[in-house]
Amino acid sequence: MGKILMKGNEAIGEAAIRAGCLNYFAYPITPQSEVAEYLSWRMPEVGGVFLQGESEVAVGYMLFGAAGAGERVFTTSSSPGISLMSEAISYIAAAQLPAVFVNIIRGGPGLGGILPSQGDYFQATKGGGHGDYRLLVMAPASVQETAEMVMQAFPLAEKYRNPVMILGDGLIGQMMEPVEFPDHLRTAPSNKDEWASSGMSTRGSSRRNLVKSLFLDPETLNNQNLLLKAKYDRMKREEVRYEGYNLQGDYRVLIVSYGTMSRVCRTAVDNLKAQGLEVGLLRPQTLFPFPERAIREAAGKSTCRAVISIEMSMGQMVEDVERSVRGIRSVHWYGKCGGDVPTPEEIMEVVRDLDDGGCQTPGCICDKE
Amino acid sequence: MAKTFTKPRSLSDQYTHYCPGCTHGVIHRLVAETIDELGVMERTVGIAPVGCAVLAYNYFNCDFQEAAHGRAPAMATGIKRVRPDLVVFTYQGDGDLASIGMGEIVHAANRGEKFTTIFVNNAVYGMTGGQMAPTTMPGQRTTTSPAGRDVQQVGMPIKVAELLAALQTPAFISRQTVIDPKSIRKAKQAIRRAFEYQVAGRCFSLVEVLSTCPTNWGKTPLEAVDWVRDTMLPYYPLGDLKTPED
Repeated sequence: MGKILMKGNEAIGEAAIRAGCLNYFAYPITPQSEVAEYLSWRMPEVGGVFLQGESEVAVGYMLFGAAGAGERVFTTSSSPGISLMSEAISYIAAAQLPAVFVNIIRGGPGLGGILPSQGDYFQATKGGGHGDYRLLVMAPASVQETAEMVMQAFPLAEKYRNPVMILGDGLIGQMMEPVEFPDHLRTAPSNKDEWASSGMSTRGSSRRNLVKSLFLDPETLNNQNLLLKAKYDRMKREEVRYEGYNLQGDYRVLIVSYGTMSRVCRTAVDNLKAQGLEVGLLRPQTLFPFPERAIREAAGKSTCRAVISIEMSMGQMVEDVERSVRGIRSVHWYGKCGGDVPTPEEIMEVVRDLDDGGCQTPGCICDKE
Repeated sequence: MAKTFTKPRSLSDQYTHYCPGCTHGVIHRLVAETIDELGVMERTVGIAPVGCAVLAYNYFNCDFQEAAHGRAPAMATGIKRVRPDLVVFTYQGDGDLASIGMGEIVHAANRGEKFTTIFVNNAVYGMTGGQMAPTTMPGQRTTTSPAGRDVQQVGMPIKVAELLAALQTPAFISRQTVIDPKSIRKAKQAIRRAFEYQVAGRCFSLVEVLSTCPTNWGKTPLEAVDWVRDTMLPYYPLGDLKTPED
């Protein structure tokens, strides 16, 4: 099919259906309520399940139940709602079930605001819920990429039997862009008969399946956590995704930025190039697993003087950037998270300062060095 | 010679971890008998709560999911919505259902979700060691109400069955107990009816079962039975509070 003009939130709903996910539970919250509005008529049209739950807490567990029964299922929410779902996310990861969560981030903490933010980076990548679990976190930068990532998220969740999170910001959800949905979804044959509590007769088995997360014996629980860790280590080997921009040139500054913010950085890179300053841009497409090695190698380029993480948060991803760079270059941060997206001009000024050898950003992590 | 009384097929061979005099075992059996009689074990999914019955999945022979505290009705909603052909039941205590899970049970009941809840009310948090529950009787001593439940401070015990029966959506809501053979027979009838309504796709169904907790009540099993009869029954009257025919 050809390109159509679609709002990001609606594209999320349509992409899930085209990925064969016909089960959606949700609770309204700005700025992603259009997903629920869209699917409230679209799911019945395709014979799927749409249910508005009584709270994000309940919705999280509706996903747990549905995923435990072996059915493809997803939800969408925004920051405060994801906090409430984080309990269920921990249980779903512990019970090793596939499910997809979309977080269209708004400003925080608390009620924060309803404008775009990237303030949930820690929550998504370091675990908003309790215990040693990880989410596979994908960060799209356009409506097209959002649709593609939503479709890829389901087979990934099933491959790892682990929740996958699409981390967008309010702009991703609210803006309209042309989108072309991929025709086919490549999915490995499901092994859900081995684990889903789908009813013994469903799978023609006399062996029952238990979906659980309680392991009272210390050795058993430790082994369970080692098993989870092995999956997360495999994600680090197989699922790292990133995009480079102007990394072939002799750049003097390396920007690391994701999502909507990376698009503004791209414009800044172009403008600075026109003015004679070469800047590289590395855009993580997966936030966990994080492209540590790619960032370290890009930072190691002989012409590169400094690395900066530009994000719509008060310095979250920069900690992973610093960890990746391992001290071979100075690492800096620039960001805003009130809802205004930093402009290309702001970014250009910050990068020029860095090239001149002096970071002028108040509160930058380099203050501590 | 033909056997006249056997263990239900839906119950496993495991010994339970329940205390002497606890009625969980009886209630498990009634649920298992019902599943056998309806012939639905192979398409049944149970949901275990957090509380004494967290390990209920060890004692049943059907598929099971283990919930977080209070969330079993949301999980049952998820399962039943995506697989309406399955028979789904939650098995929850009073701390789980009437305290932390009150939101989930009220909304599941009000949506008319087609699953069955077995709500075991023993007026106390059992597994965590006998703390006060929303169902604890006025003046009842627990580890967090050592001077007895003070209704001036924490209000009166919640009558869950009456509260849910007040919702306008059709449902089957019944309260029973299992303290003697006669009440056990009636409880069985109510549990069977609850599952039948689900299998027929009729309505949400819940059976509250007044239960004993000799360990945390500090009573012998026989004293505990007397306490249910003399203290709980006058406040929590037995019977069907609501049927979909109403």
